[in-house]
Amino acid sequence: MTYTLAELCITAAAEAWRDNGEVLASGIGLIPRLAASLAKETFEPALMMTDGEAYLVEEPVPVGKRGGYQPKVEGWMTYARVFDVVYRGHRHAMTGPVQVDRFGQQNISVVGDYAKPKAALLGVRGIPGNTINHINSMFVPNHSTRVFVSGEVDMVSGVGYNPARLSGGRSDRFVDLRLIVTDLAVLDFGGKNHAIRVRHLHPGVSFDQVQAATGFPLEGRETATETPAPTAEQLRLIREVLDPHNVRATVFKENPPGDRREAA
Amino acid sequence: MNKSMSIEAMVGRLKSGMTIGIGGWGARRKPMAAIREILRSDVKDLTVVSYGGPDVGLLAAAGKIRKLVFGFVSLDSIPLDNHFRSARQAGAFETLEIDEGMLQWGLRAAAMRLPFLPTRAGLGTDVEGLNGALRTVTSPYDDGEVLIAMPALNLDAAFVHVNAADTLGNAIVTAPDPFFDELFCRAADQAFVTTDRLVTTAELGGMPGMRHHLVERSCVTGVALVPFGAHPTSSGPDYGFDFKHLKDYNDAAFPDWRARFVDGVSHDAYLAAVGGAEKLAALPLPVF
Repeated sequence: MTYTLAELCITAAAEAWRDNGEVLASGIGLIPRLAASLAKETFEPALMMTDGEAYLVEEPVPVGKRGGYQPKVEGWMTYARVFDVVYRGHRHAMTGPVQVDRFGQQNISVVGDYAKPKAALLGVRGIPGNTINHINSMFVPNHSTRVFVSGEVDMVSGVGYNPARLSGGRSDRFVDLRLIVTDLAVLDFGGKNHAIRVRHLHPGVSFDQVQAATGFPLEGRETATETPAPTAEQLRLIREVLDPHNVRATVFKENPPGDRREAA
Repeated sequence: MNKSMSIEAMVGRLKSGMTIGIGGWGARRKPMAAIREILRSDVKDLTVVSYGGPDVGLLAAAGKIRKLVFGFVSLDSIPLDNHFRSARQAGAFETLEIDEGMLQWGLRAAAMRLPFLPTRAGLGTDVEGLNGALRTVTSPYDDGEVLIAMPALNLDAAFVHVNAADTLGNAIVTAPDPFFDELFCRAADQAFVTTDRLVTTAELGGMPGMRHHLVERSCVTGVALVPFGAHPTSSGPDYGFDFKHLKDYNDAAFPDWRARFVDGVSHDAYLAAVGGAEKLAALPLPVF
């Protein structure tokens, strides 16, 4: 069964929440949201999710126009409560950084000089609190050396595994980075001292290709395996239930196939 | 006791150099009519504390901000506010950029009349170092953990927008999320409430509707009836955000925008200029 790169990223990213149990699964952005939804619909039903506004729902809310669909509300989750969940550690968020460095530190604030930035972006939002309190993963749709930078990110908005910044009595005991899903590969922090490692290469992508698009050395050259293809049941859920209007087709330019060899 | 005020009178209480807090979140339930009134006033050099949306964009573009205390500025469906970005990239104001939970903590500390509250959020990031304003505190207990001492964000004034209020200063927020409006009121010397509906106390909801009560009225200085006072941001469940208007705002040259919708434009004239009450009442609630 053929599948798109967007669909491959959704099923690969869903794996981030495997065995998480009762945590708030916050997928920020379309692919992370669909990935969290798929995890909850299949192998991780204990996950908690919101309607994207202020209510917890017992099944994922489909993306886009809902027609007659009514969210199945099971609780209330205001922003104040989200902060409480963050502090309690019952959360796994997947967000979209603008820059990531070799420590897993991420930036969503500004690019360039802080006082007079080349590009002012969103601001740090909740990333500082998230990254020091609960599990986090990332989705990067444009794997390149502009995102995976060689030095530290321009503005460290989220902490990573950088002992120099978490020293002198600062506790890193709740820092827990899991996956970085990109358009080329699935990365994790399973290298030496939490170094970033290639876990999976998307079909038709080589390790060298991923390394060339990354500003720091990657581990996993000998151990990386191919990203598992979506199953027929996963594709049915994505296409018919979770994203019936195919909004995911807009994520990548020209909506390429998940197996790059088909594009050739 | 009657706390009814016009938004002109509310803004008339502001002085240049004050610290003001603005309720709501992104493009949701922002006291926009009051913000436009601030733009029409002579007040400047403000320190603005906000979960930022077009309130920050307008104040930044108008050169009203000396310092911005924020975690983000966003128009929700439109991720970035171009007017905020232009001013920020020009280095037009100082920043205290903090985690959104730290912002809550700063308001909470002010509300409790404490100098700070400890938090882990921000540790190890550039939030800790860049701003210069933040210091750490060491736990006096055996753990000895080092935490950020988030300083109180004491506000001279706060502006929030609610669904309904009475003239005593009782207000209810029936929107899905009350955000941090209660803390903005508690952290402020003067808290100003704009409301879509002015009702009798009995009409506020009684029990259990009063679970939507914003804050006890001792924390509210004035109440102004401003129907659709949150436009173009949303005031659920009464009206959604005006996506087209927000997009036009974001793409507009600011001088043109303020000439059309701010300068010399009364609230009634504003409502007519953006399509009239009937159209605004029909703005669909956002689906996220």
